[in-house]
Amino acid sequence: MNKFILTASAATLALAASAGYAAARDQIKIVGSSTVFPYSQAVAEEFANKTGKPAPVVESLGTGGGFKAFCGGVGPDHADITGASRAIKESEVKLCADNGVTDITEALIGYDGLSIAVSRANTTDWDLTEEQIFKALAAELPDGKGGFVANPNKKWSDIDASLPATAIVAFGPPPTSGTRDAFVELVMHDGCKDLPGMADLKKADEDKWTEVCSRMRQDGPFVEAGENDNLIVQRLESDPNSVGIFGYSFLYENSDKLKGIKVNDVEPNFDTIADGSYPVARPLFFYVKNAHRDVIPGMKEFLEEYVSEAALGPDGYLAERGLTPLADDKRAEVQKAVLEGKKFGS
Amino acid sequence: MTAVTFPAVVINWGSDEMAARRKRRYAADRRLQIYGMIAIAFALGFLAILIGTLTFTGYRAFTQSVVTFELDLSKAEIDRSDVMGADWRGIVRGALREKVPELPRSSERAYFAMFTSSAQFLVRDQVIRNPALLDGVARFSVPLSDPLDQLAKGQVDRDTPESQRRVTDRQIEFYEQLSAAGAISKPFNWGLFFNSDSRFPELAGLAGAISGSFWALLVCFLISFPIGIAAAIYLEEFAPKNRFTDLIEININNLAAVPSVVFGLLGLAVFLGWFGLPRSVPLVGGMVLALMTLPTIIIVTRASLTSVPSSIREAALGIGASKTEAIFHHILPLSMPTIMTGTIIGLAQALGETAPLLLIGMNAFITSPPAGVLEASTALPTQIYIWADSPERGFVARTSAAILVLLGFLILMNAIAIFLRQRFERRW
Repeated sequence: MNKFILTASAATLALAASAGYAAARDQIKIVGSSTVFPYSQAVAEEFANKTGKPAPVVESLGTGGGFKAFCGGVGPDHADITGASRAIKESEVKLCADNGVTDITEALIGYDGLSIAVSRANTTDWDLTEEQIFKALAAELPDGKGGFVANPNKKWSDIDASLPATAIVAFGPPPTSGTRDAFVELVMHDGCKDLPGMADLKKADEDKWTEVCSRMRQDGPFVEAGENDNLIVQRLESDPNSVGIFGYSFLYENSDKLKGIKVNDVEPNFDTIADGSYPVARPLFFYVKNAHRDVIPGMKEFLEEYVSEAALGPDGYLAERGLTPLADDKRAEVQKAVLEGKKFGS
Repeated sequence: MTAVTFPAVVINWGSDEMAARRKRRYAADRRLQIYGMIAIAFALGFLAILIGTLTFTGYRAFTQSVVTFELDLSKAEIDRSDVMGADWRGIVRGALREKVPELPRSSERAYFAMFTSSAQFLVRDQVIRNPALLDGVARFSVPLSDPLDQLAKGQVDRDTPESQRRVTDRQIEFYEQLSAAGAISKPFNWGLFFNSDSRFPELAGLAGAISGSFWALLVCFLISFPIGIAAAIYLEEFAPKNRFTDLIEININNLAAVPSVVFGLLGLAVFLGWFGLPRSVPLVGGMVLALMTLPTIIIVTRASLTSVPSSIREAALGIGASKTEAIFHHILPLSMPTIMTGTIIGLAQALGETAPLLLIGMNAFITSPPAGVLEASTALPTQIYIWADSPERGFVARTSAAILVLLGFLILMNAIAIFLRQRFERRW
């Protein structure tokens, strides 16, 4: 008989749960990009430590998934802040507006470099152009007569005689990853656009252009290594001739084992990423739902912490985690916008 | 009509031919045994490799280098009514500075980066828990930061050029100085069990994940155990045998084989979507895991109900017990040890389940352990998933250590199941 009482109590528990939860939430809820995730984590931890308030819940859903959750509506069931490794899209602004989320604030927190790296055991001084990277990793290359051929390059030296005569092996992120989107956009598209005939194709058929310039090869040299970047680091160590593609923070943390490959003669480091000379870098944002500011306890203090000099500044703890900080005047602008709740689009 | 006659076959068992045949058959026996032993050796070998590599990469996470310093809080001007608001950063830095006399200002940044950046909070929380510390000199220990911890554990090659490692030459000098003064020690890392998750490997622990897993399993047990037993009793004792109950039976067996990620999607759609339950909480995690464990419990319970000899059932009914009385007074108590064993094994399986928990958001980053089933938390397998994906070097060892902890819990649960079976099970 007790079993039935147990069942009943479990069911009551579930009901009480849903009822009690809808009433209030005392934890800040942050979703969004996996690239912004470590920075939001750091701020959340610092905030909980400093204020003694309940620790915010930070969940990594990807940039797109984050906007979906963030734009779901206003109220305690929906996230307060979302991180993004690109600016919000028109369609997402509309999705937000359709669900009543009209007042949001955008904050650019800094830049994230994508690095292409090899093991320190590799002795070549690597310096690639974006065009060479495209020729190594694209699925199809233009044949010069208006058509396309499957990528014939097997060795780096097939692309340019000055490159080493070792097989092309590159470990990179899968298509579900924001890092992959950024890599395709920042490297592959740039490397593709100057190839013979591509400019004409872009004018004639932009969809075809995007398809050709975005497709990574599937015949072996490019290996999708899953979302786990630590795994790529291990593989690079065991095979010194392979290259890996991941966020700059992984290169920075593993600088004893890996070295960055120069892209267009520029080495990846904090300075080159910040001044924009390193071509493979993207901006990082977070978006705040202003309707939650006075409803969710601690929101104001959390935002103050996020844009504080101790976090975002050049010596801040986010820079220690691999974020490339903004220039001083730009940072002051962001701080002002976030603290005043500047409405996005106004 | 001729009678069928069989030719008399005389077998000479001692002949060479027979001896050869015997030999062949014995050899086949021995080969079968050897194949079996090879199979077991393979299985054990891979298990040994798994545990071996985990231990090899993970054992370092079970110690943590700390720096110990003395602090006279009676001299620090702390307002007793506002201990939280005191200048802890200044106080702790002052105490650490004394460790290295004549610390030049230019090296301060490098020096303080050697210790965990949360040092002031650790000291503050310790004082708040024990206000008596305010009255005199007390000793405090704070962890070294991850790069220095790696150095202390011999994981940093000092011969690599300075620009290629996270520890600068100056920091190594400071480390040697502190080390020579006996300020650095490597005690057992209790933080691994009593801290919650953190961005900093030196502070990250499993407390949040362990309590999250505990709450989720509790919910899972409270739901799946009574429902599973009720369903099994009905199917075994009351249900008529017809096509409909056959269909139910087939479906239950099928459900036991459905990939767990499917239950995760179901939980996402039903529990979060329709019921509007919050994300990332152990309650929902437990409910999803309960769906997964239910078929196992039903199958085990039915099997153990059938194994109770019918003589017991008939004797009870024969002296006038109702069906309910026969079940609850006799049959169920006799089959309970087997049911418990099956349930514990089902729960152990649920403990290691990752995919459904990822879908309902139990892989969030939370720096405090959940106080109940309604507070967001992680679980052990999802914590492993988060740590495996973190760039800091210290998390590599911690990931392996967390896997070892999870394996420890699994072994414990299975051992309890075996103990229950050996101790209480009755054979007929």
